[in-house]
Amino acid sequence: MASGIKDKVAIIGMGCARFGERWDTDADGLMVEAFDEAVKDAGIEVAQLDAAWLGVGFDAQSTGPSGIPAAVALRLPDIGVTKVENYCASGTESLRGAVYAVASGAADIALAMGVEKLKDTGYGGLPTRTRGSRWDMIGVTGSAPGNFAQLASAYGAKHGIDHLDLKRAMAHVSVKSHANGAKNPKAHLRNLIDIDKALNAPMIAEPLGLFDCCGVSDGAACAIVTTPEIAKSLGKTDIVAIKAMQVVSSNGWEMQGDQWDGSYLHTTRVAAKKAYKEAGITDPRDQLSLTEVHDCFSITELITMEDLFISQEGQGWKDVLDGLFDADGKVPCQIDGGLKCFGHPIGASGLRMVYENYLQLLGRAGERQRQNAPTFCLSHNLGGMPSQNVSSVSIIGPLGI
Amino acid sequence: MDVGILSYGCYVPRRRLQRDAIYQANKWYAPGLGGLAKGEKAISNWDEDPVTMAVEAGRYCLDGIDRSLIDSISLASTTLPFADRSNAGIVKEALNLSDQVMSADQTGSLRAATGSLMQSLRMGSNALCLAADRRKSKVASVEEMNYGDASAAVLTGSGEVIAKYLGGYSKTIDFVDHYRETGADFDYAWEARFVRDEGYQKILGAAISSALDRLQISGDSIAHALISVPVRGVPQKLAAVAGIAAGAVADTHMATVGDTGVSHPMLMLALTLQNAKPGEKVLLASFGQGADVLVFETTEYLNTVNQRQAELMQPGLPDSNYSRYLFHRGLLDIDKGMRAELDEKQPGTSLARDRKTVLGLIGGKCNETGVVQFPKTALPVNTTSRTVGTFEDYPLADRCARVISFTADRLAYSPDPPSYYGMIDFEGGGRMVAEFADIEEGEAEVGRKMRMVFRIKAFDELRGFRKYFWKAIPAQRGQS
Repeated sequence: MASGIKDKVAIIGMGCARFGERWDTDADGLMVEAFDEAVKDAGIEVAQLDAAWLGVGFDAQSTGPSGIPAAVALRLPDIGVTKVENYCASGTESLRGAVYAVASGAADIALAMGVEKLKDTGYGGLPTRTRGSRWDMIGVTGSAPGNFAQLASAYGAKHGIDHLDLKRAMAHVSVKSHANGAKNPKAHLRNLIDIDKALNAPMIAEPLGLFDCCGVSDGAACAIVTTPEIAKSLGKTDIVAIKAMQVVSSNGWEMQGDQWDGSYLHTTRVAAKKAYKEAGITDPRDQLSLTEVHDCFSITELITMEDLFISQEGQGWKDVLDGLFDADGKVPCQIDGGLKCFGHPIGASGLRMVYENYLQLLGRAGERQRQNAPTFCLSHNLGGMPSQNVSSVSIIGPLGI
Repeated sequence: MDVGILSYGCYVPRRRLQRDAIYQANKWYAPGLGGLAKGEKAISNWDEDPVTMAVEAGRYCLDGIDRSLIDSISLASTTLPFADRSNAGIVKEALNLSDQVMSADQTGSLRAATGSLMQSLRMGSNALCLAADRRKSKVASVEEMNYGDASAAVLTGSGEVIAKYLGGYSKTIDFVDHYRETGADFDYAWEARFVRDEGYQKILGAAISSALDRLQISGDSIAHALISVPVRGVPQKLAAVAGIAAGAVADTHMATVGDTGVSHPMLMLALTLQNAKPGEKVLLASFGQGADVLVFETTEYLNTVNQRQAELMQPGLPDSNYSRYLFHRGLLDIDKGMRAELDEKQPGTSLARDRKTVLGLIGGKCNETGVVQFPKTALPVNTTSRTVGTFEDYPLADRCARVISFTADRLAYSPDPPSYYGMIDFEGGGRMVAEFADIEEGEAEVGRKMRMVFRIKAFDELRGFRKYFWKAIPAQRGQS
């Protein structure tokens, strides 16, 4: 039985570029913006980095292949830079690589960078791309909202939820994220919306309207990690430690088997159970202080609350409407605006979530700072489509708890 | 042993374009079309062509028939998608016929289908004769008012035939009433009065009389005269000259389906056989640089097939969306947006490898666990078996399925938005995420029964290729 990653690695510096339609810069500029902040935060010299990971979702649009773009943009000191891609979990995979390198002793200090430059595509939403020669003959060339919208149809049918009740709960998710994003100076969308605006928006993929969907953004986020001992030797006192990092990839069970009913994310449930065990969490609804989940679409956030075992199955929509996940609720979700409003530069998103949790743990979240001191903070990514995906659950918190 | 027809089928697309919608859009330019602005015509969707329509007619025709008995397959059309790739061969793959069948494309004339049928009947082998056309017509033309899309199928052979072939008669005369040069989009047609007098009456009318004389059959013994001429009154006039009773003249379906080109005589045959009774003589006459006349007599086996074919022609859906119709025929240059710029290049290698998966919708059944899955994979999804290569072919195309989840996507590019798709489970096992075709608002729901159809998945406009695959449509009442 693996001993797990809990408290073996500390985050000593983080940075995040301003997300948005960054017509002014490219992937290199976005990486530099995030990196500069993280290096200053960590208080190290760049020459102290032993290894680096780069997470990118759509390299054809963003950076091109390999880890070289990060090495060049950041002028890294002749170290290995490994590019990772795992759909929307790419940023988290970057962090996992750096964390495991430090935990193994192979590196003392490592960098995890995530970046995406999507607004050079010429249109909204994610680019369509090949999924391999066989898939391209028999798969559906849909869109991300179309893939995730299907969750709503199966979830609603399974639990007998009235179409309008579910639409209303989904709208609440987005109204909340806009309220949170408005308080975040680095967020892509900082406007407030009301529930009627969300409900009456144009349809994108039934039943998801415009405000049920996150946009795509340009952005970058990064973390510098080391051992708790080195962190202390660098003079760090409030040390934020990795408590758990779990990633689960579909093996075809959902899409090719016949047992999945389409109403939930199998991978998230497995990853959550593993992560709670790794972190020593027994009652997530009670023990989690904050969650940053993969709210690519409102329905995804709602169902994720069940898949993370915070809400009971079939009850998540009621918890949403009750305000459980609002900024002043018991377990705030997307207190920074989430993918919905902070933005969703694919390769950066996992690290952006950890960035917000890190700021909250250190009391640096400004206007949106949670007042009762957070402990366990969870971040979650979901890449691909509900029927075949990769899901990650990461937990960070103060060292030693 | 009698030689004749063993089974038949046809396919008429669901959407029926209202002729008045064409007229209303074009009357500023062509007020003379007002006389034709009655009724409706069947129009295929953007993802249909003669190959896909032929597959559908073939499936109806072969329902309940052992496909391993088929010796040959032919596809007649003047609008075949490929000039050099056997179109009938694609249909063969979709119908999962044996690799040992002969195949041929028949083209070049509106008589291509009846010619093919006559040849097959002469040979006496089990031949699947298919006909399908999807002709383009110029905006505001008479052809636009008349032309419809459909396909039909006849399985010929010997033994327990439902209609015995009594004989046929052909004439070939290079009479150019209309023509279309190879590669051209549109027909060029001569004056209707000339065609009526010199073509239908002198060539086709004479052929009908000659056929009856040669077969020593009197006109008044014909119970069903299927004279495939898309001009009102002409079939009646030709029948009268041949001594055929006015009541025997079959409906040309011009008011509801339109002139379906090469398919039309076989479509009329299928729709007539469906309502015929045993012991009736059926005359089938087609025209096109000459004439073909075939005469059949139905047998007591007809009723068995007819009971099976109860849902032959699905109910139409009235459609007044003229601009969508034009777009689907490449006659309107709609801004498709950047999302339509996806490169649809089809590697020949992967199509060759996965021919049966893609064109035949063949899944696999694990011979260790009995679990069905699509597509076949080296290792089964059911991990209780870790053995490589346990799958036996498991055809899924004719199995109905139920919707597990779905959406109507307005972001993804579709020529017929919104793009419906979702996860479906086949009865008996197997699951896939499929596009939904021919589905209207309100028809998609979790649990809905679906039927698979062979359609165009995408066009590679850059390289002149079209990809075919299977999609799900809402099953109509009575379909399994």
